[in-house]
Amino acid sequence: MFDVETVRKDFPILQREVHGKPLVYLDNAATTQKPRQVIEALVHYYEHTNANIHRAIHTLGEEATTAYEAVREKTARFIGSPSGERSIVFTRNTTEAINLVANAWGRKFLSEGDEIVLTVAEHHSNMIPWQLIAKETGAKLRYIDIDDEERLRRDHFAEIIGPRTKLVTLAHASNVLGIHPVREITELAHRHGALVLLDGAQSVPHMPVDVAELDCDFLAFSAHKMCGPTGVGVLYARPELLDAMPPFLGGGSMISWVQLEESTWAEVPHKFEAGTPNIADVIALGAAIDYLEALGMDNVRAHEQEITGYAMERLSALPEVTIYGPKNVEERIGVISFNYGDIHAHDVSQVLDTYGVAVRASHHCAQPLMRRLDCAATARASFYVYNTKAEVDTLLSALEAAGRYFAVQPAPLAR
Amino acid sequence: MNYPEPNLDDLYRELILDHYRHPRNRGSLENATAKVDGYNPLCGDEIEVDLLFDDDVIEDVAFTGHGCSISQASSSMMTDAVKGRSKVEAQALVAAFKRMMTDPDVEPSEELGDLEAFQGVAKFPVRVKCATLAWNVLEQGLQKNGASRVEEN
Repeated sequence: MFDVETVRKDFPILQREVHGKPLVYLDNAATTQKPRQVIEALVHYYEHTNANIHRAIHTLGEEATTAYEAVREKTARFIGSPSGERSIVFTRNTTEAINLVANAWGRKFLSEGDEIVLTVAEHHSNMIPWQLIAKETGAKLRYIDIDDEERLRRDHFAEIIGPRTKLVTLAHASNVLGIHPVREITELAHRHGALVLLDGAQSVPHMPVDVAELDCDFLAFSAHKMCGPTGVGVLYARPELLDAMPPFLGGGSMISWVQLEESTWAEVPHKFEAGTPNIADVIALGAAIDYLEALGMDNVRAHEQEITGYAMERLSALPEVTIYGPKNVEERIGVISFNYGDIHAHDVSQVLDTYGVAVRASHHCAQPLMRRLDCAATARASFYVYNTKAEVDTLLSALEAAGRYFAVQPAPLAR
Repeated sequence: MNYPEPNLDDLYRELILDHYRHPRNRGSLENATAKVDGYNPLCGDEIEVDLLFDDDVIEDVAFTGHGCSISQASSSMMTDAVKGRSKVEAQALVAAFKRMMTDPDVEPSEELGDLEAFQGVAKFPVRVKCATLAWNVLEQGLQKNGASRVEEN
């Protein structure tokens, strides 16, 4: 196991104060902080290597191309892809990766009568692209619901996934609730000949993820939630699927032979990377993967479980607190969505901020889920490799101060 | 650990907390001439304002909904401020309130009275929409009878 105090020294931002108090950053499900190694990779690229990639016959261009393409291979290895760099497309973020599949795969392979299966717990980024493509193709959306313990309803799996299902698309781990039993779902979906897309935005940064073991067809995730820079997302897809899909965006880099009326496309994955990509940030993603691999993803998971378990225990001791999602820490990533009595999440968050504690307070881009949980919004504390039990104690002290300030009543916030 | 109480008093003035804990004019009007829904997708704040006009006068007004303390207190104080006023006076209050929220350097207009308590909200930009939601809903209600909906963006 790594030493958290040593890890903290790698993150310059953790030195800063907010309202005169040390920053306690608990909004990691939204974005994580960046270690010095990642920041230095960005600076080093711009100070030493900066050049456009793929067609330059000069030293900088070759170095930049090699560095960029090396990250593709590293990313494939990081998620256990058996197909190497041909299975990795760089996008702007998870959202764009999902939109790529919805547009390129969906337009070609979906038609009236087909069904796309989602869950009510999806982030808007894994819901809206499918609403759009369903409207266009005549495909139907079907939703797996959650049960009273806020897990996916297992009885819905076999009821909803069937011969009409063309795609099942769901979060590997929810940004509000817990980890979903995706292995069970991929097995069932494949039995019916359907593909499976996993939104890995909340799982890839926090636990070992192996696409071969999960047996998913697509996996989407973002660099900025795993110590990397903003502006880079990853789409993993089996290369034969990418081969069969038409391009999503057209332009430079994605072509092979261009004529005035029609053209042919570059090999995958380049077919899906039109224009100059985000070279610097992809290279910095490579540094982020190195950083996480040096810590060890098993250790990352173990550390978050320890902090999350401690936070669950301390939060549960306050009778006014309602925690959403499974109570068993094994079924969670480092995300705890909660409400504090009748105090609105915004007011909770506002008071916590004066103590230097950053949590999120919103519908977490999951409005249908909020309606399903019968609340307008929740507060959400989410942890990463640099968080400590002492920070959880600060969260609790600040929460109690919010309780005093607003004279908290035990009734949960009802709609 | 001992922490000092947070210094949030600019945002949560005593009058605001009082209206949040004891909202005035909360409920629906059966004989309402206008009903307007308001929704703030950023926060999930939702309110419905019912208005009963007698010609050009707001004879009665009530609200329901849920949201943060700022949105609820603002709704409560809005109803108190416009009940019995003419549509023209109410519209002038809407304009004065919104000016106070968007232009913190300008001294709030005197007609706002107690509503001046919201002046501090302007220093917390993400909370401004919480305070203005009720006023945008009222403004729409002043413009037409029947049912309609306001979505903040």
